[in-house]
Amino acid sequence: MSDIEQAGVSECGDDLCLESLKELYVFIDGELTEERRVIIRSHLDECGGCVEAFDFEVELRQVVSKCCSETVVPEHLRHRIALAIESFSDDDEEPN
Amino acid sequence: MADRNKFTDLAMEYMPSLYSAALRMTRNPSDAEDLVQETYLKAYKGFHSFQEGTNLKAWLYRILTNTYINRYRAKQRRPDETHIDQDEDFFLYRHLGELDPSLAGKSPEEELLDLFSNSEIVEAVELLSEIFRIPVLLADVEGFSYKEIAEILDIPTGTVMSRLHRGRKALQRLLYDFAVERRLVDPELNVDVDVDGEQDQEEVTRV
Repeated sequence: MSDIEQAGVSECGDDLCLESLKELYVFIDGELTEERRVIIRSHLDECGGCVEAFDFEVELRQVVSKCCSETVVPEHLRHRIALAIESFSDDDEEPN
Repeated sequence: MADRNKFTDLAMEYMPSLYSAALRMTRNPSDAEDLVQETYLKAYKGFHSFQEGTNLKAWLYRILTNTYINRYRAKQRRPDETHIDQDEDFFLYRHLGELDPSLAGKSPEEELLDLFSNSEIVEAVELLSEIFRIPVLLADVEGFSYKEIAEILDIPTGTVMSRLHRGRKALQRLLYDFAVERRLVDPELNVDVDVDGEQDQEEVTRV
């Protein structure tokens, strides 16, 4: 029995489970080759154990992304940056 | 100055994501503001070297991360991450059952909402050491490709993949430890939970 099966992630015990889990992050990242992507996708369609792990990882990623994204930039920061750029441009445009 | 209008039109829309990344990098709003301001000023000064048609967002992130690394690196805490290579992949998922038996049958979204507050998620990300935190932010929050991250950080793509892999594992372990601290874990498991529930930062990161 493989380490992955012992840990209870996989249900079907297929060799493809090992491959799928090994490549799961790359799959989620959208970085697999088309050929590998099709193989893993069709395995996920059939394997409850792998798809559960997949769903969890995808959800975790979404939660992390949402929590780490600030939608509001403080108005004073926008203002500071506009001023800094303006003042640099003014310096730059001193008459020759 | 024509360039200024063009720069403003093109670059300012990325301020929310640059500011978010700066907050997670510096872990401090005041430093984050300085970092974003410095990034924009450097970008403006170097805008003539930006090749139109290439990825402006990635170019801005490259300036942001370089500025951060040069200016703030000395301030960072260094959690002990020697455990990473011993931990299994999908650490959190594999250990969910230990965290709270009532999670069984819930959707991943419900499980995560039950286990962690938003601020704990942010705290776990911020506890990652910089070498992992930056690639994880670039990939998982900003959605950059491996190739873009390699260019932003000026490291090989293989290094990006390995840092992402290890960083994500470290993040899952940190989250697991947060859940353990909240004593959701089965007390029969051999996990060291502080009785009064108070652990200092150093203990939290020593995983």
